[in-house]
Amino acid sequence: MSTSHPLAELTRAKARQIRRRALGMVYRAKQGHPGGDMSVADILATLYFGALRVDPANPNDPKRDRFILSKGHCTGALYATLAERGFIPIESLDTYMQPLSLLNGHPNRNYTPGVETNTGPLGHGVPVAIGVAIAGQIDRADYRVFVVVGDGELQEGSNWEAALTAGHRGLANLTLIIDRNGLQQGARTEDTAKLEPLADKWRAFGWDVVEVDGHDHDALLAIFTAPAGGRSKPLCVIAHTHKGQGVSFMRDQVFWHHGALSQSQYELALQEIG
Amino acid sequence: MSAETAICGRYDCRETFAKTLEALAETDERIVAVVNDSVGSSKLVGFQKRFPDRLINVGIAEQTMVGVGAGLANGGKTPFVSAAACFLTARALEQIKADVAYTKTNVKLCGMSSGVAYGELGPTHHSIEDFAWLRLLPNLTIIAPSDRWETAEAIKAAAATEGPFFLRLSRMPVPDLKRPAGATFRVGAAETLRDGRDAAIIANGVMVSRALEAAEQLAASGLNVRVVNMASIAPLDVEAIGAAAATGAIVTVEEHSVRGGLGGAVAEVIATSCPCRVRILGFPGFLPTGSPEFLLERFGLTATGIAAAVREIVGARKAA
Repeated sequence: MSTSHPLAELTRAKARQIRRRALGMVYRAKQGHPGGDMSVADILATLYFGALRVDPANPNDPKRDRFILSKGHCTGALYATLAERGFIPIESLDTYMQPLSLLNGHPNRNYTPGVETNTGPLGHGVPVAIGVAIAGQIDRADYRVFVVVGDGELQEGSNWEAALTAGHRGLANLTLIIDRNGLQQGARTEDTAKLEPLADKWRAFGWDVVEVDGHDHDALLAIFTAPAGGRSKPLCVIAHTHKGQGVSFMRDQVFWHHGALSQSQYELALQEIG
Repeated sequence: MSAETAICGRYDCRETFAKTLEALAETDERIVAVVNDSVGSSKLVGFQKRFPDRLINVGIAEQTMVGVGAGLANGGKTPFVSAAACFLTARALEQIKADVAYTKTNVKLCGMSSGVAYGELGPTHHSIEDFAWLRLLPNLTIIAPSDRWETAEAIKAAAATEGPFFLRLSRMPVPDLKRPAGATFRVGAAETLRDGRDAAIIANGVMVSRALEAAEQLAASGLNVRVVNMASIAPLDVEAIGAAAATGAIVTVEEHSVRGGLGGAVAEVIATSCPCRVRILGFPGFLPTGSPEFLLERFGLTATGIAAAVREIVGARKAA
């Protein structure tokens, strides 16, 4: 049980709003990745409303903290967060995945302020995050770099190449968050290509590792706001989450990796989220 | 400064690459180099000595190398990502597509030892497909310089122009081409090195000097052939292709597969807007082992081979 963080009440409210909006987007688009949207919502809410130094009025400020969603399919949650934080208009969320919408199923930096790099294919975010972190080190800049990967995504080899490089260079300004919901598109990660012992792997690659309940806002905020100054290694946060968190019929159900909601499912989900 | 490798007046352009990059880095602190254990093969030992913090060696990890390049660009740097062209383009193709071309990051990809420079090492190390698979990617400027001057100019242009570049560089020694005084390099502009009305040869990279030699041979037998250096494959100088088509016969020459490269690019223009006879010279597919010179000779990519192709196509046109 973590101690209460002063911003946790706000971030919990934002997370509820992100979940509501993301489900609305998926419901209207009749497609999307709601399971992963729900598992990552608390991570996004705590980062964007409790940790990241970003400014919607100046989204390309060279001194900004960087956030990269490597699991780029969870744009429901990402766009809802960017809208809630003021990067894009709330109304634009209604266009999600509609013909010619700027809100593509996967994020595009050239269309959406606040997006740092175009993701979609898995295993791309960590190397890019490392590049930004190295630039920050060269410039002795104090910005931090955060990247979220899905756990299934870690089956992509590029992550492990990148893990070696980040560990080797001691990139203390880099925080990797693993959305460890245990499920990938088709099955449990551990029944597909097992990841455990996951923490040991990252430690062996030269990272600090912390494990956390990925829905506990107090704990997430404590980790994300801790100064990086004391560390000499990149930080891997294994956030234990539930796919579909907040919606009873979705929770821990592999079926909800991607899919559409019926009207009654949507209404029930909104009721449960509150 | 190290003496440049000269073999009978021919030069390894990697040294020009390294020298130019060092000079640019001296005045532009945004310039960094990213490599996959390819410091030596990219001739960046000097760069590393002068700018140790700005040479990022990610190890043998091409996907990470390109992704890190994209991240450095996000952080305000101008990364020159330098590795053997075969591994850079094939292993990291999805990173080039998504992180560089689609995201439109200011990354300069430098494919070293392209074509058949690693002749004896076999098709795994040949890079004769890179034009084809990179030419499909929007936003990516693709340049294959022909000699030391053009290599230096292309690198300066890449550094000065915001956006993704692929520079196709060779280790195969080439002579310095003769150019009119005041010649300038422009991205996307072809260069007519020799005028002629009987046919046109369009070449790039290490093939340009051979194309010029072929034109000399042909002139001796009374054929006046235009020689166009099409260093930029993307953007493509469509006007120059139209002017070449006005001669009635085009032979394209590249150190690349005959499918999808310079010849493919020219053929797309010819077929849709200015029909004329076209011969595409290049490599047919996976190649046997042999030195670069052996392979060029075996597949007709010599001055004599090019001249023979021109005679053939001009003869066919006259017979028609």
